[in-house]
Amino acid sequence: MSAEPLSQSPWQTATIARIEKRTPRVTSFWFQPSRPFAHLPGQHVDVRLTAPDGYQARRSYSIASAPEAGAGIELAIERLDDGEVSPFFHDVAEVGDEIELRGPLGGHFIWQVSDGPPILLVGGGSGVVPLMAMVRHRTLQKSATPVTLVFSARVWDEVIFRDELIDLDDRRDGFELVLTLTREQARRPADYSRRVDAHMMVQAMERLPKAPRLAFVCGSNAFVSAAAEALIGAGVPARIIRTERYGV
Amino acid sequence: MVTRGFSSGRRPPSDTDERIPPGQYLEQGFPVLSAGPTPRVRTEDWSFTLKHGPRPVKKWNWAELNALPHSKMTRDIHCVTAWTKFNTPWQGVLIDDILADAGIEPPTAHTLAHSFDGYSTNVPTKDLVTGKAMVALLYEGKPIAPDHGGPARLLVPHLYFWKSAKWVNGLQFTERDEPGFWELRGYHMYGDPWREQRYSGDP
Ligand SMILES: Cc1cc2nc3c(=O)[nH]c(=O)nc-3n(C[C@H](O)[C@H](O)[C@H](O)COP(=O)(O)OP(=O)(O)OC[C@H]3O[C@@H](n4cnc5c(N)ncnc54)[C@H](O)[C@@H]3O)c2cc1C
Repeated sequence: MSAEPLSQSPWQTATIARIEKRTPRVTSFWFQPSRPFAHLPGQHVDVRLTAPDGYQARRSYSIASAPEAGAGIELAIERLDDGEVSPFFHDVAEVGDEIELRGPLGGHFIWQVSDGPPILLVGGGSGVVPLMAMVRHRTLQKSATPVTLVFSARVWDEVIFRDELIDLDDRRDGFELVLTLTREQARRPADYSRRVDAHMMVQAMERLPKAPRLAFVCGSNAFVSAAAEALIGAGVPARIIRTERYGV
Repeated sequence: MVTRGFSSGRRPPSDTDERIPPGQYLEQGFPVLSAGPTPRVRTEDWSFTLKHGPRPVKKWNWAELNALPHSKMTRDIHCVTAWTKFNTPWQGVLIDDILADAGIEPPTAHTLAHSFDGYSTNVPTKDLVTGKAMVALLYEGKPIAPDHGGPARLLVPHLYFWKSAKWVNGLQFTERDEPGFWELRGYHMYGDPWREQRYSGDP
């Protein structure tokens, strides 16, 4: 894991190059920064919106794309209906718009193939985004690192990156996808329909050849607390668990 | 740069404007940010150690620290993830009173705050004394929830909130300004919200 200070990352403009709806509530936006940068899987950018009178709103968004994916970054933004920034992206932003961002940011919630196997990823809702960057990085590196992703979503149609994840799972190359739906019946035989718990974590780890070296947990604060408790309940040492909380 | 189509936003009432540092927004809730799982530290197991370099100066258990004079601080707090929360009411023991109980003057200009989960953060010593900072023991008059750093957290409210180390278990005076856990990972060495010192490289 990198412990180097971040290089200076001032604000810059980035152009929206592509927009694609992922689920009813999550849309991906591809940004082309005016000064391209190299990020590490798990890092985020800060985005800021400026009103004509100078008022600014600023939020953090994880990078969903792998560093190897080339210039430009993908952000996957969930719409919170009464939010300030996320509805702007869903309702107003268009291809060709310029948005200010800075990054890459974050030096803790990072995993690279070179950090060593195996790893356990646990994401809730849009908390899967930085984990997706790690999974894609692994794929593009053609790494055989055993990685299990436990992904909790409310319903099947809200499983972000669903087709891509299931494709990767089907390759049987060391990547394992465990889906758990909290408001719907599981669709695949080994999936779950309940909130994450210690027993689910034990079973997820059984899919790894040995105990994970690191576990990454990301999502809302409530999800991260519950999932971290579940991991500890499953015997995972607290010191190997890294968390990223999306605040509320 | 004005963002096309962003006109309204959820701006704060104008009378509170000047209390919100640049790039921050007003939050009513109390979001949580931390690098790992929430440690559950029982007060029976709790202790707080003051160190000068590697040398322990004094150690307090929960009852001993609680027996020191208590002070109240109601302050606005500013998280680097851009939320600001007004009037958070804390109670605890000022660093001044901890130093007085140890019978020492601050020996160096730099301090590292340490936590039960192994994390650390650096704060200039002068930002910890003269009533500026405390080891907080109560929030809104009640024990601090584990998610928010309980049983005790450092409170340095004039700096970004990651400097207010959760689950604090000691202060260490250092000869040099040594970066802590977050500062090694790209966060600013000082962290003044009014100068927007979020990340290393910010002026
Ligand atoms: C490191 C990091 C990475 C992140 N990555 C992602 C990501 O990849 N994808 C993603 O979708 N999100 C991500 N987030 C969350 C993101 O930064 C925003 O918090 C999220 O998009 C909500 O912002 P918003 O402006 O739409 O909502 P906000 O305006 O911030 O509101 C959030 C919620 O709080 C309530 N609320 C807060 N204040 C008020 C108020 N004054 N009045 C009424 N209601 C209020 C709203 O009801 C709303 O539901 C990340 C967060 C962090 C810290």
